[in-house]
Parts: sequence; C-alpha cells; structure tokens
Amino acid sequence: MSIFKLTAAALLLTATAARSEGPGLGQPLEASDIPFYATYVTPEGAGLPAGSGTAAQGAEIYAAKCATCHGATGSEGPVMPPVGPNDLWAKPAGSYWPYATTLFDYIRRAMPLEAPKSLSDDEVYALAAFILERNGVIDAETAMTAETLPAVKMPNHGNFLDVWAKQGAKPW
Amino acid sequence: MTRSTKDSAALDYAAGGGLLSRRMLLASAAAGGAAGLLQPRVARAEAEIPEWTKAAGARARGYGAPAEAESAVQRAIIEPWQDVAPAFSLSGTPHHKLRGTITPSGLHYEVHHGGRPDIDPARHRLMIHGLVERPLQFDLKALERYPTVTATHFLECAGNSLFNAVMPEPMQAGCDMLHGLVSNTEWTGIPMRVLMEEAGVKPEGKWVVAAGADGPSLARSIPMEKIMSDGMLALYQNGERIRPEQGYPMRLLLPGFEGNMNIKWLTSLWVTEAPVHTKDESGEYTEILADGSSLQFTFAMGVKSFITHPSATMTMSGPGFYEISGLAWTGAGKVAKVEVSADGGASWAEAALAGPVLPQALTRFSLPWHWDGSPLVLMSRATDETGAVQPPRADWKARYHASNFLHYNAIQPWQITAEGAVQNVYL
Ligand code: HEC
Repeated sequence: MSIFKLTAAALLLTATAARSEGPGLGQPLEASDIPFYATYVTPEGAGLPAGSGTAAQGAEIYAAKCATCHGATGSEGPVMPPVGPNDLWAKPAGSYWPYATTLFDYIRRAMPLEAPKSLSDDEVYALAAFILERNGVIDAETAMTAETLPAVKMPNHGNFLDVWAKQGAKPW
Repeated sequence: MTRSTKDSAALDYAAGGGLLSRRMLLASAAAGGAAGLLQPRVARAEAEIPEWTKAAGARARGYGAPAEAESAVQRAIIEPWQDVAPAFSLSGTPHHKLRGTITPSGLHYEVHHGGRPDIDPARHRLMIHGLVERPLQFDLKALERYPTVTATHFLECAGNSLFNAVMPEPMQAGCDMLHGLVSNTEWTGIPMRVLMEEAGVKPEGKWVVAAGADGPSLARSIPMEKIMSDGMLALYQNGERIRPEQGYPMRLLLPGFEGNMNIKWLTSLWVTEAPVHTKDESGEYTEILADGSSLQFTFAMGVKSFITHPSATMTMSGPGFYEISGLAWTGAGKVAKVEVSADGGASWAEAALAGPVLPQALTRFSLPWHWDGSPLVLMSRATDETGAVQPPRADWKARYHASNFLHYNAIQPWQITAEGAVQNVYL
C-alpha cells in the first residue's frame, strides 16, 4: 500500500469513527428550508436582499412603529436609544456599532419587539437609513440598498479590541 | 447563618474580626459539642403534640412543589422598561435564601430579550448548515437517541452585579438583585462535537453563528474551537427537561462563557469563516474602556465570589457564632481558593471549599466566625487555578468607562452595623 493510500484509509477511518459516535440521524437540509434568521448579513453585505429605503421614508415608519420604545427622534428612549450617545445609552446602534449591515439584519429579525419579522425589506432599509442619518453617518439623500449599506463607514469602526483574537478564552 | 453561644476566650482565631480556624467546627463536633455548639436546653412544662402528627397527610401528587411556607423564595424580577417593553426582563436567583450549589430549576436566573417563547417541541428543529459537507436538520425525536453527557456548570449573565458596577451609591438589596444573574445546573445533553462531525465541518469553517427560535431570533458568533471542545446541546436541566425559561426544548451550553452566548431555544448553527458581528456582539455585549475604546468578543467570565450568609438585607441575631458561607466561580476553570476578611481587608483567612470543586461550576465556601457584636466589614476574595484574583471595586472601575456594567467581578464587601444590619458597601 502506498503512503497515499494509507493516509486516505486513515482519514476515512477517522471520519467514520467520528461519525459513528452518534447514530447519524440528521436529515438532509435543503437551502430552501433555511429561514433568513438562521443566517446573518455579513459586514461585506452577503445576505442582503434587494430593496431600498431613504431616511425620509424611514422617519415615517419609525414614528409609527418604533418611537414608543426608542423615543420620538431616536434619542429619548426609554429603551436603548439608537441615536446618541447620551446618558441613557452609551452605545447607540447608529453610531457605536462597527458595521451598518448589523442594523439591517437586527431590525429585520427582531424589531419591532411585539411583531418581529413583520417589516418588509424596503421598510428595514428605510429604518436603517433613518437611524444612520439621525446619527450624522449618512446624508439625507442616499438610499440604503444592498450596495450602499455595506459601504457605510461607521465612525466607531476600528475602535474595538478583539479579546478572543488577543487572548482566547482567558477572561479579560 | 447558624448561630450559637460560645466562650470566645477558647476560640482558635484564623484572622481579625472573629474569623475562626476552619478546622474548629469539626474539632468541637468531635469533642461531643463540649465547646458549647449545642443549642441550650429549653425547659418545657408539657410536650406539645402538633396537629399534623395527629392526622393522615395529603395525598400523593404528580409533580412536587416547595413547601407553602417557602413561597417567598422567588426570583427578583427586573423589568427596566415595563411600561413599554415588559418582554425584556431580568430575574435574579435568590442566593441569600438558598444553600448548596445547584440552583433549583424554577429559580434559575433569566434574561429575556424578547420574552419567553411558547415552543411546540414537535415542530422545533435544529439546523446545521453553512460551511459543512452535509447540511442537516434534527427533530427532538432524533436527538433523543444520541448518547448524552452530564456536567454541572454555572451560567452567568455578562451584566450580573450591574448595580454595583454603575450605581454611585451602593444599592441596598438582596443577593437576588445584586448578584442573582448567575446560577448553577446539572446539564445533560449531546456533545456539540458529535453533531458537528455528523454534518462534517469544512476546514474553512472557523465560527458558528447560533440562533434561537425566540421572537428576536437572538444570535451570537461562537468560535468553532469552543463548540468542538466542550460545547453541549443541552436537553435536560437537573434531570428534567429544560425549563421554557432556560431554552426548552434545547439550548446551547458553552461552559464558562457569558450567558448571552448560550443560546436558548436553539434552532440554527450556521458555520462561517468569521464572526458576523451580530447585534449583541456589536453593542450590548461589548465593554467601553476608560480610554473610550471598546472590547469585543469578551467571552469567558472572570473569577468571582460573594458571601451569601450573611448578606445585605439580613439582620444578625446577636453576637455569637455564625458560619459564613458563599459562592465562588470562574469561567477559566476551577476555583483555587477563597479568602474571607472580617476586618475590611486588613487580614484574611482561607475558607473551606465544599468538594468536589468542579470546573466552570459554582463552588460553596464556608468559614466559622465569632461575631463580638462590633461593626465590621465582611468580604470574600476568590482566586482561580490560573492565578487570577478578584479585584477591589476601585481597580475594576478604573479599567472601564463609567457606563460599563458588563463583566463586573469585583470583591463584595458587606457592612455589619452594631445593630446587626447587613448592608451593601463599596470599599
Ligand atoms: C415595544 C417596544 C419596542 C418597539 C416598538 C421597538 N423596539 Fe427596538 N428594542 C426594544 C428592546 C426591548 C430592545 C433591546 C433588545 C435586546 O436587548 O436584545 C430593542 C433594541 C433595538 C435596537 C438595538 C439597540 C442596541 O443598542 O442594542 C435597535 C436598533 C432597535 N431596537 C430598533 C427598533 C426599530 C427600528 C423599531 C421599529 C421598527 C423598534 N426597535 C421598535 C423594544 C422595542
């Protein structure tokens, strides 16, 4: 037996051994059976759907669906105001978060609190635009889309230290 | 706290403030209680026969419940925005009303970002997808047939002890409010590695984005290394199915890592090359430092302890003998030692640890103490097996921005007043 064949056999053995630890009862999962919230939009924008929305459109949706919890203009709260920072919340989503893509994904999956996953993609783009514009991160004219959102430079980006990369599981 | 009278002249002191040698209790017990640890005799004219000894008891019931007289033992519920968003809540374990190390399932702490979902176990599924050879899904029936492991681990919210972290004046509240967002459970489930290997992780799969089946679909990026080393798909909590509050029908368990990452109601494991910067790892669970920069991906919980008996809101029942008792833990492994001071940190004595001391699990410590009735400050300081030591509050505060309340693990001092009141203080 050649070295190659030996290695291949060993690999196969390890693979079988590893798999044999469980009864192997997983069923095949088709891509069409995976809901959007089982993935996450990446900082590069992978996973962003088609659609678009502006800050002006977002302002109307925000007033109707978000203001009771996050404040009339986004900075009053009571819940973690997305516009700031201020004494209520030092980490406002629209200026503190390192990537703007997170706004889209989080609002789409989780907000509004009482009716998550009820917003259309256009509405979510508009709300992201509204929050970013209120924080002075984008101008009022730019619509947020799958192309423009990942290109937004967040002001606090680059101000984070990755503890896991630096020291792994050692507590800070 | 247990107490009895004792002749203080004969005591074997271990440190200031009346701390006694931890060998003392056993020695005096061996001497037949001659040292005066037995309760004084109560003279009785006629022995009372209580009515429950003169009647048949209640019939059997299918699921037991705590004694009615214990109905005040409850979680402390905090709803910071109860008028507009009651679904966001914290509930703290009442550690000052508990002993031992295992947290009763109904008193395990909760942090709900969007309420407690009502999941039909027959329709719940776990998906493993992304950078894997075979994307798979499992229902509960299939998972029940996998070999299980059992391990005891604490879970602690990164925001535990938040009031001590940020309030300018110490809040007077019990351990449920002050330190209740930590609990300890015997978990049973399937090693994550077995399920990941069945799906076949591709070499470039270095992270796993785990998501829950709750309303907000809470999601966190987790290093593959952790998932494969000791990650567990937990199905049972203290021997019974996981409670809805803790993720029924299944949750992710990552021993030692901040509670938020231990995704409840787990439905998806998406294998990726890199973390995806979910909402929680972008803001809510990041820590702003004193210089304005921030920490991201702070996973393991630091070494920590606090005294549960006596603790704030309690009143001492007069001078005399007490057992000081508390809890210690570390996300880094095992607790190595716990020291106790009864003179505000001037002197320390090592407490006894109730064995076996388990990794990433609550450890009970205790030390006998003779309180002479004068005011003093009690505190505990834990050291873990990596040599990390709990910091004083001022040192912890100096590291962070004033607003940060995450990963607070400073020493907890309790002031005992001359009147016997136990109060929260900062030192
Ligand atoms: C009923 C109250 C409520 C409503 C209405 C609501 N939210 Fe929220 N929102 C919350 C709560 C509570 C949280 C915190 C959730 C958590 O901690 O995971 C939150 C968190 C957020 C965050 C993240 C904040 C941070 O700093 O981490 C954003 C962004 C957000 N909401 C946007 C919205 C938008 C946009 C809407 C309208 C479509 C909306 N919310 C409607 C209650 C609400």
